[in-house]
Amino acid sequence: MPLKLEANFFEPGQRYWRAYTPGDDFYEALIETHRGLSDEQSALLNAKLILLLANHIGDISVLREAMAIARQDV
Amino acid sequence: MAGTYTYPRYAYLTPPERHDGAARRHPVVVVGAGPVGLAAAIDLAQAGVAVVLLDDDDTVSFGSRGVCYAKRTLEILDRLAVGADCVAKGVSWNVGRTFFREHEVYHFNLLPQPDHQRPGMINLQQYYLEEYLIKRARQLPTLDLRFRNKVVALQPGDDGVRLQVSTPDGLYTLAADWLIAADGARSTIRQLMNLEMEGQVFLDRFLIADVVMKADFPRERWFWFDPPFHRGQSVLLHRQADNVYRIDFQLGWQADPEEEKKPEKVTARIRAMLGDEREFALEWVSVYTFQCRRMKQFRHGRVLFVGDAAHQVSPFGARGANSGIQDTDNLCWKLRLVLDGQAPDSLLDTYSDERVLAADENILNSTRSTDFITPKSPVSLTFRNATLALAREHAFARALVNSGRLSVPAFLTESRLNTADSADFAGAMVPGAALDDAPLRVNGADGWLLDHTGGHFQALLYVLDASALDAAQTAECKQLGEATPPLEVVVVSPKNGIAAGGLRVFADCAGRYAERYDARDGTVYLIRPDQHVAGRWRSFDANRLRTALARASGHF
Ligand SMILES: Cc1cc2nc3c(=O)[nH]c(=O)nc-3n(C[C@H](O)[C@H](O)[C@H](O)COP(=O)(O)OP(=O)(O)OC[C@H]3O[C@@H](n4cnc5c(N)ncnc54)[C@H](O)[C@@H]3O)c2cc1C
Repeated sequence: MPLKLEANFFEPGQRYWRAYTPGDDFYEALIETHRGLSDEQSALLNAKLILLLANHIGDISVLREAMAIARQDV
Repeated sequence: MAGTYTYPRYAYLTPPERHDGAARRHPVVVVGAGPVGLAAAIDLAQAGVAVVLLDDDDTVSFGSRGVCYAKRTLEILDRLAVGADCVAKGVSWNVGRTFFREHEVYHFNLLPQPDHQRPGMINLQQYYLEEYLIKRARQLPTLDLRFRNKVVALQPGDDGVRLQVSTPDGLYTLAADWLIAADGARSTIRQLMNLEMEGQVFLDRFLIADVVMKADFPRERWFWFDPPFHRGQSVLLHRQADNVYRIDFQLGWQADPEEEKKPEKVTARIRAMLGDEREFALEWVSVYTFQCRRMKQFRHGRVLFVGDAAHQVSPFGARGANSGIQDTDNLCWKLRLVLDGQAPDSLLDTYSDERVLAADENILNSTRSTDFITPKSPVSLTFRNATLALAREHAFARALVNSGRLSVPAFLTESRLNTADSADFAGAMVPGAALDDAPLRVNGADGWLLDHTGGHFQALLYVLDASALDAAQTAECKQLGEATPPLEVVVVSPKNGIAAGGLRVFADCAGRYAERYDARDGTVYLIRPDQHVAGRWRSFDANRLRTALARASGHF
């Protein structure tokens, strides 16, 4: 399966009335995870998060695609 | 500074209590003639309730405050007979564009569907909104609007409230069965009752400037993250009436407000933004900070809090006055039923329940926007900029860009007044939803669903052929008009037709009603006086409707 680039956030059992809500739910949780951490701690958290999610995705071809997009214009 | 607007001065009149010294008792007193108090007083007075509206000032909102009024608010203002004035004077828009540094990354359309009477949003200076509301208020014989009447003390009781009011002629006392506190963010009533507000103050400052210029910016909302002309901060541009543009510059917490307000400093910022030598004149400059907070409950015995007195949000999303006006839409029909003895006074607790839920949604959304616009930590800024960088090309990231989630009505799906679905329906018109508009033909004239609903309970009965309704069914429908509170059954039909027994017929000429309400032959919706769905069924059953009507009017 190719890398999904359309909006894809949802939570099982939730009905959303506004299209932006699931994405905003995720984004808030992401920022909240970092609350109170130093920059160094945040960088470590981000690295752990990427490793966890990468393993969950598993398909290395998808991960390569994501890594290539992430690398652009950096 | 330039002055495109002349502030009206409304005359102070000696109140009757000061003439004869007698304290009077009124069914409803509203404190505060801002947009929210005015909306409440008009809504009640239109229905014949005697209302006294007190305000400590004698003019409209001063300077630049509220700008954006949302579709749902306009629909409520239509019911208050000021919607047309606001739309005619305001700048209607649906498209918002977001820029990151030099490039546009994203745009949204608030109203992608056709066939709605009102636009997604209008921009209009708050003083015009208040001027139109005051004009309307003064047409209503049972509305007693008193300027320069300041509430200074109050005594809440079990069956009413006593107020001390200060005027240029001195103090007087007045009693109210019910008090609506619409006296703004620094509410005197709230303080006199020692009630708290809980929430969050944001450590940021924004400069707002109203600028008069001839410019050809389109009728859109433009938002910049980190633009070349204001590095590291955000900027928001709105076109208002009279060629007045409102510009909000984020300054950061460290900025010195007095320094930033200096005309030469503001002019330089605007010059950099425009990037050319065109002429403009400053009309208003101020620096503001904001908070997101609310009272725990909006009802305290005989005192009902509405608008900024009850809750405050950050301006991103324009949810302040918009949500306050929606408070009054929720409250006034309930108060009216209680005053008329058609509902128990516990119905007013559902005002608090429903609008606390809406306030939480508004606070949540405006807090999220604020956190995105003004990141609080380096990692948060990195995520924000990464999202914006990806947004140019990738749809998923565009959906995460948050430059303000603009005011929309809350879905009151958890309300005790709803009757749960017992059949399957597609679409969003669930119990608790505010009605979607649809074009209709009524008595041969083109109109809109939202112009023909509201004010009282209605059941919308969809049938393929209105003339095929049998006499027994029509009689049952008519009988519901005698219920407490009365329920008007209206026939909605794809064909122009005449229903027996004098029932009104709405012709769904464009088919939008059937589409938006997933209506089939026999589908019935029960509609609250504030144009929210209370229940819906696939067939007509008068007893079931009576039960749902009782529930929706607080007889649990
Ligand atoms: C920069 C900025 C931008 C904003 N943008 C938007 C926007 O785009 N859209 C939007 O919907 N909202 C916006 N808002 C919010 C909006 O201005 C407020 O939500 C709105 O004014 C609240 O209305 P209100 O009637 O509850 O209170 P107010 O407008 O504050 O009115 C309260 C009234 O009560 C009177 N009063 C106070 N105390 C007493 C007393 N003791 N006795 C008698 N009278 C009294 C006051 O004189 C006043 O007239 C913005 C606000 C700011 C600051």
